[in-house]
Amino acid sequence: MFAYILRRAGTTLPVMAMVAFFIFSLLYLAPGDPAAMIAGDQATPEDLARIRESLGLSRPFLAQFADWSWRVLHFDLGKSIFTGTPVTALIGQRMEATVSLLVMTLITAVLIAVPLGVIAAWKAGSLFDRAIMAFAVFGFSVPVFAVGYMLAWVFALQMQWLPVQGYVPLSEGAWPWLQRLLLPALTMSFGYVALIARITRTTMLEVLQQDYVRTARAKGLASRGVLFVHALKNASVPIVTVIGLGIAMLIGGAVVTESVFAIPGIGRLTVDAILRRDYPVIQGVVLMFSFVYMLINLLIDVSYTLLDPRIRY
Amino acid sequence: MKRRDVLKAGAAGALMPGFAIGQQAKVIKFVPQADLALLDLVQTTGLVTRNHAMMVFDTLYGMDNQFQPQPQMVAGHQVSDDGKTWTLTLRDKLAFHDGTPVLARDAVASIERWAKVDVLGQLMRAQLDELSAPSDKALRFRFKKPFPLLPLALSKTSGMCPIMPVRLAATEPSVQVTEMVGSGPFRFVPGERVPGSRVVYQKFAGYVPREGAPAFTSGAKIAYVDRVEWHTIPDAATAAAALQSGEVDWWEQPIPDLIPVLRGHKDINVQVHDKAGSMAMIRFNQLNAPFDKPAVRRALLAGITQSDYMMAAMGEDKLRWRDNVGFFLPGTPYANDGGMASLTSARSLEKVKKDLAAAGYKGEKVVMLVPTDFAVLNAMSEVAGDYFKRVGINLDYQSLDWGTVLQRLASKQPIDKGGWNLFCNFVPGIITTSPPLHTYMRGVGAKGTFGWPESAKHEALLDAFFGAAALPEQQRLAREMQLQAFQDVPYIPTGLMLQPAAYRKSLSGMLDGSPLFHNIKKA
Repeated sequence: MFAYILRRAGTTLPVMAMVAFFIFSLLYLAPGDPAAMIAGDQATPEDLARIRESLGLSRPFLAQFADWSWRVLHFDLGKSIFTGTPVTALIGQRMEATVSLLVMTLITAVLIAVPLGVIAAWKAGSLFDRAIMAFAVFGFSVPVFAVGYMLAWVFALQMQWLPVQGYVPLSEGAWPWLQRLLLPALTMSFGYVALIARITRTTMLEVLQQDYVRTARAKGLASRGVLFVHALKNASVPIVTVIGLGIAMLIGGAVVTESVFAIPGIGRLTVDAILRRDYPVIQGVVLMFSFVYMLINLLIDVSYTLLDPRIRY
Repeated sequence: MKRRDVLKAGAAGALMPGFAIGQQAKVIKFVPQADLALLDLVQTTGLVTRNHAMMVFDTLYGMDNQFQPQPQMVAGHQVSDDGKTWTLTLRDKLAFHDGTPVLARDAVASIERWAKVDVLGQLMRAQLDELSAPSDKALRFRFKKPFPLLPLALSKTSGMCPIMPVRLAATEPSVQVTEMVGSGPFRFVPGERVPGSRVVYQKFAGYVPREGAPAFTSGAKIAYVDRVEWHTIPDAATAAAALQSGEVDWWEQPIPDLIPVLRGHKDINVQVHDKAGSMAMIRFNQLNAPFDKPAVRRALLAGITQSDYMMAAMGEDKLRWRDNVGFFLPGTPYANDGGMASLTSARSLEKVKKDLAAAGYKGEKVVMLVPTDFAVLNAMSEVAGDYFKRVGINLDYQSLDWGTVLQRLASKQPIDKGGWNLFCNFVPGIITTSPPLHTYMRGVGAKGTFGWPESAKHEALLDAFFGAAALPEQQRLAREMQLQAFQDVPYIPTGLMLQPAAYRKSLSGMLDGSPLFHNIKKA
């Protein structure tokens, strides 16, 4: 197992190098110019040339890429063109909000979706099952921002239970932190619940047809035990896969949710950087995302061995 | 404590209706039009950076509600009999936020840095023989010829001249100054800044306001609140909701669609404070055919209906816009009716078509750059695009994002190599209050801003304006300039947009002009 993890970790390096080169090339070829963004719409050619020169943007592509790669190898992702803040500091500043949001969403979604999927499979064909499946279709169909607006209107504006926007770090208190996260986490978990519930139901339906389940029932085990101890464990590999892949989906969803709820997270950092052509920030964030994706995939693969003893690497 | 007690307590907290959300006394929470990306005003003409600079930095002269310069950091000035030498004396007890006194050499270094970049500053610099600090309190300007516009240049609000310590002002203009040490009524708090999300300012206890009633950037700048927080909220609906719920106090630029909702709220004021607004326009690239021909640009004037552009951008409420607007801000001393018949006479698309043909337009492709992520410009572009098609222009309507538009605008190439022909834009109305400030009227060709119009006649009139000390003569010259502009057509004016701000009624004392935080009291 250890050798497998090492092997997998080794493969991440060339992949990340390719991602880095791809992103750098893409930004170089894509339209847009940070100097033009800085100078604004009343700039003169002199202004633009002066700013480009000071940012080193007039240097050849390969020289810029070599410089950047060398810095990355020394764990220096550069500085934001606009704020002058190191990219690692910017990511660090935003990390807590995004991680909090993702973890809260993940917990909310799994706690809601897995029991719903299990019960839907248990009561397959019933009104409850149909209601869950209808919700799943609805969850997939409604855009994240629409859910966000709806929840904010109900719980923040009408009922005044929760704030509309912003983020408070956990260090300033658990309740203020939770208050600001509830609506965004519910918003993001909407589609995710639908996905997990559907997959859980399908997998559970298959497992519930197995002989050992029938045996367990014949032996007089309680339904709860059969479902959540015996059947769910054996259905868990596809569910964990979907949950893991869903995290990638959530990172994408965070971009929208963080904008709707004005949460200063990595998603908004990425969007702002792209709109401003803040190249070092875009490159740093994308590199970090690619690392996170690979790490999640590795963790999913490793978790299979824990869930199913037949799987060995 | 039992598990159930904890759950009950949590549930009770969650269900408590209408709890107060984090509002502290004497803190203004403000939603700017966009995030404060750049701190250094000398590097950008961005309005958000300007608004930030107005809090942190003071200027030697301020501007009053009539857009006239008034002494601000200076106690007064003396002008030599020949009008060539100005001696400015600083007020007593001026101090920077780092505790050091403001000295004349700080001001000199700040002016030198600013004058390398600013358009009017460059004109001033070209006329200077000497700029020095003969004492800690005195600045001396010695010009080659009389320069009556010095106070105007130093009072500019768009492209203002921020006074900072000499150690920072010595930084090359191409390098961003990120340490914000000014002498304004508010102090920047770098440790609390979250780029893209939050900027914090604190009242500067060492600020000594001058006497006199506050008006725009002149007079007494008294900070009545302890702290100002800027919260960037990118989503308009969220910003509106935050204002309604009282989480923020002031939203700088509510979008037209949401104004009726905010107006209907009992605790919210919606009011236009920036009376100079924004002057909208269609700007041509004069390097590329067909708009390299003045007659083609002129031909288009006869079909422009400014109200169409204004309604698309600002809605139907006429309090939020004005039409029949020329090249100077209506209601200011240089606004005039010279050549206005070009925009106010009966509109005729047939005339436009005939004039275009007569001017030699032969159906060449015209590239229009449209920033679809910039709501106001997108709306105006749709109207303009429709107009150009109706008068027979072979239009290539290119939908882009603002970042790409800015890059494309810098291109002087022909259109088949990434160049462009026209785009819709607006400029702060305040720069159209006086010819020397009006960068979009300039005719300096390739050295000017995007579009690069060339007009020797305009430049000659502007040169004469610099030497004219009396208002009637200046007004005559401004009228000549407008008449010339309707011949050259550096751009087509499409109206004046008056953007209202929305704020809680707990705020009072808001001054007219761009967002200013001094003089505001919070109940």
